[in-house]
Amino acid sequence: MSEEHAGGTAKKFLYVNRKAPYGTIYGLESLEVVLIGAAFEQDVSLAFLGDGVYQLAKGQDTKGLEVKNFSPTFGALEDYDVTKLYVEEEALQARGLSAADLVVPVEVVDTRRMAEIMEDQDVILSF
Amino acid sequence: MMKTMLHTVNKSPFDNGTLQTCLKFVRQGSAVLLIEDGVYAAARDTAVSKQVQEALKSTPIYALRPDVEARGMQNRVMDGVRLVDYEGFVDLVTQHNAVQSWL
Repeated sequence: MSEEHAGGTAKKFLYVNRKAPYGTIYGLESLEVVLIGAAFEQDVSLAFLGDGVYQLAKGQDTKGLEVKNFSPTFGALEDYDVTKLYVEEEALQARGLSAADLVVPVEVVDTRRMAEIMEDQDVILSF
Repeated sequence: MMKTMLHTVNKSPFDNGTLQTCLKFVRQGSAVLLIEDGVYAAARDTAVSKQVQEALKSTPIYALRPDVEARGMQNRVMDGVRLVDYEGFVDLVTQHNAVQSWL
């Protein structure tokens, strides 16, 4: 599971996102913690379940709401070597969305595969 | 004269049953305003859109535009749901006898 690293042992971290953006602070806070984890060169993955998939929806425009639109930050994750983004297929379907409606390339996975991904982790942080 | 109510819903219809509960109690002459995460109920082709369409036959349903736009749903709003700005929100409040905020 863990692999040896120059500066120590890298663990597999999974961040599970289940909340829509803006209605609560969870989405934004999760992203902050993801960036911290990535800075420590851990093996980071993100999972989006249920309303969490809405965090990735294209076309977010928060000018009227006067809060920070954090969806562009997902596009910067690649620079931190965070490239494993898993999205629950069932959640997309229930919301009339497809991978093409999301701001970044993701791997759309079924429930079984998502469960396997979760099992494969050392640390899971849920938001 | 019959009293009218403005019902506001701020929870995602996929996250809990607030919208469903609200719709059960909406009476003739009243209206529903979707705000915050409640605006996801206004989207087309979702698991709850049929239910919202059904409600639209007897109840005007509005969605708060700044919340719709923040969530990127502006191009997905179903026919029949009307978008309002903050001024429209105030108008709706004054046009009804009372507001029930479903939380």
